[in-house]
Amino acid sequence: MNPLAGYLLLSAVLFAIGLAGAVTRRNAIIVLIGIELMLNAANLNFIAFWRFGKNPEAMTGIVFVIFSIAVAAAEAAVGLALIIAIYRHQKTTNVDRLDSMKG
Amino acid sequence: MTETLDQIFVDLKHWLVSFAPDQWQPIISALLSVAALIGTFASLFALTTILERKGLGRIQNRYGPNRVGPFGLLQPAADGLKALTKEDIVPWTADQVVHFLAPLVLVVPAFLALAVLPMGRNMAVVDLDGGVLFFFAVGATTELSVFMAGWSSRNKYSLLGAMRAIAQMISYEVPLILAAVSAIMIAGSLSTQDIVLSQSGYTGWVPHWNVLTPWGLAGFVLFMIAAAAESNRSPFDLPEGESEIIAGYYIEYSGFKFALFFLGEYIGMFAVSGLGITLFLGGWLAPAPFLDWIPSYVWFFAKLLGLIALFIWVRGTLPRLRMDQLMGLAWKFMLPMSLVNLFVAGLWLLTPPGVTRWIACSVLVIGSYIFLARGMAQNGRVSKRVYRYAE
Amino acid sequence: MTFTFYLLCGLTLAGAVAAMSLRNLVHCALSLAVAFGGLAGIYLQLDAQFAGFAQVLVYVGAVAILIVFAVLLTRGSEPANEPIYSTRWFVGLGVATGVFAVIASAVMASKALPLGPLSAPTVVIRDLGDQLMTRYVLPLEVLGLLLTAALIGAVIIALHDNPPKTGDAK
Repeated sequence: MNPLAGYLLLSAVLFAIGLAGAVTRRNAIIVLIGIELMLNAANLNFIAFWRFGKNPEAMTGIVFVIFSIAVAAAEAAVGLALIIAIYRHQKTTNVDRLDSMKG
Repeated sequence: MTETLDQIFVDLKHWLVSFAPDQWQPIISALLSVAALIGTFASLFALTTILERKGLGRIQNRYGPNRVGPFGLLQPAADGLKALTKEDIVPWTADQVVHFLAPLVLVVPAFLALAVLPMGRNMAVVDLDGGVLFFFAVGATTELSVFMAGWSSRNKYSLLGAMRAIAQMISYEVPLILAAVSAIMIAGSLSTQDIVLSQSGYTGWVPHWNVLTPWGLAGFVLFMIAAAAESNRSPFDLPEGESEIIAGYYIEYSGFKFALFFLGEYIGMFAVSGLGITLFLGGWLAPAPFLDWIPSYVWFFAKLLGLIALFIWVRGTLPRLRMDQLMGLAWKFMLPMSLVNLFVAGLWLLTPPGVTRWIACSVLVIGSYIFLARGMAQNGRVSKRVYRYAE
Repeated sequence: MTFTFYLLCGLTLAGAVAAMSLRNLVHCALSLAVAFGGLAGIYLQLDAQFAGFAQVLVYVGAVAILIVFAVLLTRGSEPANEPIYSTRWFVGLGVATGVFAVIASAVMASKALPLGPLSAPTVVIRDLGDQLMTRYVLPLEVLGLLLTAALIGAVIIALHDNPPKTGDAK
């Protein structure tokens, strides 16, 4: 198993863990944490392919990861603001209870 | 002769490493550098505690501690002994694991941040290509320890202190990094060694340090104010003020863990002062060409002691800032000022050297300072300051 | 595969699993920070220094603290008595296992995995800056706009809506 396959498998496992958490947990904040884990797994994929790929001097992988980190941070900020606003109205962060469009 | 005196520690390390077998040499070299770093800065910490207490005492018209040793100089030893032998009380409902790990998460990044500071010619422990970025990344990790300490104590006041401290540290990180970016932009590199070397050279007797330029002076002042806020030092010590919230987020710590918090805070102060010296005060460079024979590490530590004295002086002089005043200062004054400083530094870089760029940059910096500071103090009216006296 | 890779891999996976399965929300957020730190170590091992330091600065220094603040603002610090997993958790677990199986089989079965130079490429940050300012300047500017919009949006969404005072024009 060459090194690249090792990193890709690690990224796949992280993605699966993030997906499992995002789909099974009930608290909205944990769902967001799962999404952040999935984004990180994708970043790891990019860096691994950059490192072991054909043209590392072009630095495409690192630039993509920089943008991905920035976008993920912005999305986490907006997502958490949404969760806080929803909590203020519904007094709960349990996604199973947030099932009505009213209010 | 001065060359060997200057490089004496580097040569000593190389000589000691040469005794080890070949494949162990990198590890032995790293361990020696780390041991020297920890030893130096731990002793500097001990020295600073006694200097601070004596200095504050003199400012407040009293002697500081003067019972232990001549002039109280062995006080740190007494303090250390007390911290080691005091009972370690952990609240019963506290979150044990997080409560235990919080001091570690403070101290380890603080020491890591010291690794990229060049303390002399060729004397940075690691010369990273992205040295300043590493410094800020590691500095951002200390905020997590503040939260861990505050939350794990299960104490309303400690949580309140932790929230205040984190809000303050995050707010002041932005002007800190922007003020540093202006120096990085001029030097053209994130490596601390390159930044120091870009400030070498003298015109006559005046060195080419960054602090002696308009944008450099403004940047240095901004950096130092943000550094005081980052280390939770007076006048920004609302989260840990003793008359305010009785030590804020580390109320529930006693004994050695409290000493570790104290150590972590002071090492953070040293690290950020060291970075300020590297970025603005010319690192280990001498102030005049005829003073070159004094070794470089002597200059670095002299400048570091000067900045520590400045921190102690400011602590003894200025009153504490309220939370809303603190946040207003960060977001309404320091952030626009550091952006203007960045613009002025860019202007400095792109105009040819001469009197015009001095005048243009100085006017821009001073003008925007007057506008921002007066504007903030008088709610938008930029006019002469009016004093009101109590009747 | 070296020992450091296995160590960092184990740390990251332990942090990720803990983040997804612990009951106490603050513990979840802190183990997420550990997972981020492990990932930063892996980036450093892959010689992507800028990415590693940016990961620590942004994720550990900002996103983890943001998550912690959100947990505290929604009073998640007291563990709830209700179950933390949804009732059909096995479906989610099955889906995740299926996704992992598909990706892993694709990775292991592919023979055409490109293997360029196995020696470390030296990335000078100055070159990265040049690339960001010349080839990638459009995404950079768009990112600036995106971050501004996200900042303003987050502030507006999370703002306390004050009840309108009587006699006050809105």
